[in-house]
Amino acid sequence: MSTSSNDTPALLDVRDVSKSFGAVQVLRSVSLEVARGEVVTVIGPSGSGKTTLLRCVNFLESYDSGSIRIDGKEVGFRDPGTRQRRSERDLAAMRAETGMVFQSFNLFPHLTAAGNIMLGLRKVRGKSEAEARSIAEHWLGRVGLAHKADSLPAELSGGQQQRVGIARAVAMEPKILLLDEITSALDPELVGEVLAVVRSLAEDGMTMLMVTHEMAFARDASSRIVFMADGGVSAVGPPKEILAAETTNERLRTFLARFRASHF
Amino acid sequence: MLTQIAYALPFLAQGFALTLWVSLLVVVLSLIAGVLLGVGLVYGPAPLRWAVRIFSDTIRGIPILVLMFFVYYGLPAIGLHLPSFWAAVLALTLFKTAQVIEYLRGAVGSIPKGQSEASMAIGLTFRQRLAYVIFPQAFRRFLPPWINGVTDAVKGSALVSLLGITDLMQAINQVIGRTYEAMPLYILGALIYFAVNYALSLASRRLERRFSFIRE
Repeated sequence: MSTSSNDTPALLDVRDVSKSFGAVQVLRSVSLEVARGEVVTVIGPSGSGKTTLLRCVNFLESYDSGSIRIDGKEVGFRDPGTRQRRSERDLAAMRAETGMVFQSFNLFPHLTAAGNIMLGLRKVRGKSEAEARSIAEHWLGRVGLAHKADSLPAELSGGQQQRVGIARAVAMEPKILLLDEITSALDPELVGEVLAVVRSLAEDGMTMLMVTHEMAFARDASSRIVFMADGGVSAVGPPKEILAAETTNERLRTFLARFRASHF
Repeated sequence: MLTQIAYALPFLAQGFALTLWVSLLVVVLSLIAGVLLGVGLVYGPAPLRWAVRIFSDTIRGIPILVLMFFVYYGLPAIGLHLPSFWAAVLALTLFKTAQVIEYLRGAVGSIPKGQSEASMAIGLTFRQRLAYVIFPQAFRRFLPPWINGVTDAVKGSALVSLLGITDLMQAINQVIGRTYEAMPLYILGALIYFAVNYALSLASRRLERRFSFIRE
């Protein structure tokens, strides 16, 4: 297991996390660190536990053992020893510190683009209507949708919806952004506009943990790539090392070969 | 004949007022209880879910008239004596509550899971998620069956006459008892019930149109 080379403590520290759905073990003692400002990409075959891992980080899913800390603070449990869940209020406050962008966008269909972004700012951050509106407009501008502030999600294309999804997450100023296969539901010609937004956030130093099948993007944008297989971390390293065709990791080599065969 | 009916109108109006009062009580009380229990059914811990499920299935499986007689004539056996008016309101409310639970479960259940997750992810608490994300979307699906239920409640309130309460139905029967003019009076009664329910469904359609902008 490699860890980040930084001396500063990791922003996200996942340690020995295991989880089962009934008889199926989906996470096997997963450990992973993400330093501040780092972009870490998780790749791996479907069913390898990538998405589940991401969902554990903001406690959309609980886990059976291990610990997940953000900025030194245990995410879902008051104390990992007793495994006593945090209160609803505590959990909500913890989740506000992590942003999440979903594969299926999950915009609120009854709210406008600006309204989607403002909801968390108003109700969780306690901002005034005017303040929330101006933050929403700022972020919509950043994702190239300033002119769509008052459009409903149904009036936007998939790529536009996902850019609103990203704006909604980052407007909360999370410590870390979780991206869960955010381009998988998009038509191929819309993928680029979404990835461009992610790239510009990365350049601004946003800490990100993302699951993606966009290998070229993972190679260009990530500080490190984590390869997961069968619920465990099978390899971690800089993109060049992980995506090298001559890797000695048997599973990784098979995955990459299969991936190349189907994508090129 | 007309003069006789005209003479009876103030009496019928009193009955009508009582019909509206019973309906209003039943509708409001069942809405509050049904939404609370429905939320318990969807989001509650297992024991609560089971309790609500058993309540709802049991109540909906009993004819409303049996339920009403049970509350009025049956409960005194365990020391609970309710005046006929409140026995009727309680029975009708229990019945309506079970229906509201199911409307709520259906409406909330139709909202994709991703909506809850997205609202969790931005840090909304359970109540905030319901108030700002789930209920506004579920409302559009809750409304049509619920308004149907309200019109059922208005019509069903005629059953309270069987406990000797002078609602519109009972008032009509009493006037018929004095005048022997069954046909025109029943037609008048039918028209009054119809007018109330037709107004309700018109209002419902307007409300539905107002919320039709929500598309998934």
